[in-house]
Amino acid sequence: MKLACNVVEQVEAICDKHGNKPGELINILHEAQSMHGYLPEEMQRIIARKLGIPASKVYGVVTFYSFFTMTPKGKHPISVCLGTACYVRGSEKLLDEIKRVLNIEVGQTTPDGKFSLDCLRCVGACGLAPVVTIGEQVYGRLEPKDVKKILDEIPD
Amino acid sequence: MEQNMIQLTIDNHVVEVPKGTTILEAGKQIGIEIPTLCHIDLKGTCVKNKPASCRLCVVEVEGRRNLAPACATDCMPDMVVHTNSARVIRARKTIAELILSDHPNDCLTCPKCSDCELQRLVMRFNIRKMPFNGGEQSERKRELTPAITRNMEKCIYCRRCESVCNNVQSVGVLGAVRRGFDTTIAPTFDKMFVDTNCTYCGQCVAVCPVGALTERDYTDQLMDDLTNPDKVVIAQPAPAVRFALGEEFGMEPGTSVTGKLASSLRSLGFDYVFDTDFGADLTIMEEGAEILHRLKKFLAGDKDVKIPIMTSCCPAWVNFYEHEYPDLLGHPSSAKSPAQMFGAITKTYCAEKMGIPREKIVVVSIMPCLAKKYECARPEFKVDGNPDVDYSISTRELARLIKRANIRFTQLPDSDFDSPLGESTGAAAIFGITGGVMEAALRTVYEVYTGQTLPHIEFEQVRGFEGIREATIDLNGFPLKVCVAHTLSNARKIMDKLRAGELDYHVVEIMACPGGCIGGAGQPYHHGNFEILNARRNALYAEDEGKKLRKSHENPDIQKLYKEFLGEPMSEKAHHLLHTHYSDKSIK
Repeated sequence: MKLACNVVEQVEAICDKHGNKPGELINILHEAQSMHGYLPEEMQRIIARKLGIPASKVYGVVTFYSFFTMTPKGKHPISVCLGTACYVRGSEKLLDEIKRVLNIEVGQTTPDGKFSLDCLRCVGACGLAPVVTIGEQVYGRLEPKDVKKILDEIPD
Repeated sequence: MEQNMIQLTIDNHVVEVPKGTTILEAGKQIGIEIPTLCHIDLKGTCVKNKPASCRLCVVEVEGRRNLAPACATDCMPDMVVHTNSARVIRARKTIAELILSDHPNDCLTCPKCSDCELQRLVMRFNIRKMPFNGGEQSERKRELTPAITRNMEKCIYCRRCESVCNNVQSVGVLGAVRRGFDTTIAPTFDKMFVDTNCTYCGQCVAVCPVGALTERDYTDQLMDDLTNPDKVVIAQPAPAVRFALGEEFGMEPGTSVTGKLASSLRSLGFDYVFDTDFGADLTIMEEGAEILHRLKKFLAGDKDVKIPIMTSCCPAWVNFYEHEYPDLLGHPSSAKSPAQMFGAITKTYCAEKMGIPREKIVVVSIMPCLAKKYECARPEFKVDGNPDVDYSISTRELARLIKRANIRFTQLPDSDFDSPLGESTGAAAIFGITGGVMEAALRTVYEVYTGQTLPHIEFEQVRGFEGIREATIDLNGFPLKVCVAHTLSNARKIMDKLRAGELDYHVVEIMACPGGCIGGAGQPYHHGNFEILNARRNALYAEDEGKKLRKSHENPDIQKLYKEFLGEPMSEKAHHLLHTHYSDKSIK
């Protein structure tokens, strides 16, 4: 899939804004991802070319930090907390149920682009453990049987 | 004591070193070999890797709580260092054991067995069991390209390959990806080499301390062909091979083994033992003619002629410009490499002369190079699917084959190459070093252009190991500006200037490997010792000096080939057999 012209221009503008300095790579990746949602191969090549560094370096940084992603996120990104409190209160079972209902693995997006699934460690709401966030919304004290209903109720 | 010198104590020896010297280097100065796996510093070239990632070089510095990595710790005045205290030795052993916990232990069948730096350290540290067995050996990629074999399960993350690929060659294919146990060194976007802009220069193989990156081995195929009575197997060893092969048999670096090389190939059962040096002389005839052809047009005011003309014998360099400079493909000479010229002539002229059909002939090149393996597979160099050079083996592979065949290499008598493709000149011998192709071309171009005999045959201006060298040669009043560069990062500097219209040369020579072919990726491993490259260089120039004929156009067999078969340089027949074309292979 080729990037649209305006996306290419936007990425180049982000690089220009940071003076095309190799030391600004992480900041540029942050902005590019928040603009486009993810960092596809072509975007990384553009950034590498603008900064005058090999694409292998850019790819190395993108794969090193779990924050960066090369797959497009769903319209409603789901994050399951696997922090200590949530984990001991059964968040892994929640995760398995979400995987089953959506038929995707962690790091993937549903074919219709509605949901994507990720894990994280602690959102600071341990009192509500186990916690799942969908978009900006936090769901607490969930049980596996609640999962299907919640997902069904989220609008397209 | 001079101002920029400092004094310290290492293992009770007082040593004086310049400021900025690391403990590792200071130790080396007084004969203390601190072990290391990741560090490499091929002085005199730009091959360097200092990530302090393996931690095997840790030493104890008095007054410091933690052990310090010797490769990344600068010497300080009055420092007291212990490189062999009980604490250091214990720590080092544990580090090696931890590296082993994530490394397969199939050493017996590993291609690097007995030439592996990790194996050597395990022996040195007296490790007899693996206490951390069963570590998380995550699955990593394997790949077999025509030139390079990749088995990342054996990788120890020293990052040497990444350093050469990015900093020395500026190709930027290899890099570290992911983290923790999932870390691997991989081509960009986890692609296979074949889908990247990898040039197959193989310098990653040349520095890999273990068996993660090795050459693709063709010795079994060669054994089959040698024992097949229906095949006529023809050998052509490259110039640089003869100045390094002896090292594999314990001979001093810099021993020229030309005569033993020919004898060993004959003992192995090759039907004809010819010489790529003949192909090198032929290359000079064609490339030299092309240089003169373009120069004449240029001097006549032709605006379309592509100046500078660039050499095209290095196959990694060819891959490099096809990938990265598709807009400048008119500049490299259309002349094929010596090995490919040799193949084309063998399977036409020679086949005809000997009355052997093309299909029965197997041409095997013995090269200091891994990219040559890829070059053999290029479709341009095949006639109806039959390659001009069937395959290529490296200097190391030949050494292994000789050992397998019970041949005592050091005891072999010297012998000559076979006729008619065995005669060569000193100009061909120096093809194996950076600046050599240029010098060989100048010897012929000068005499053909001016019609006079060269007053001084050596062109010292283009010799040496400096990354980019330039010279102006007086051709009867015309100042011919030439430039020589080695490593692809230096090639990139030149090509970027050319693209910007800022390049002011007439002829440019590029070789991809540091030092040229003598430092090729198929040569015996140098393990970071620059003196080995230096010794090979001296042997090469000595060979040239000892030759009766030192200019390609004086080679009688070459003259005969043109008279009987090709006509003259750049004739229609020569063009068909000895020249090629390039195509845009950029990654979109």
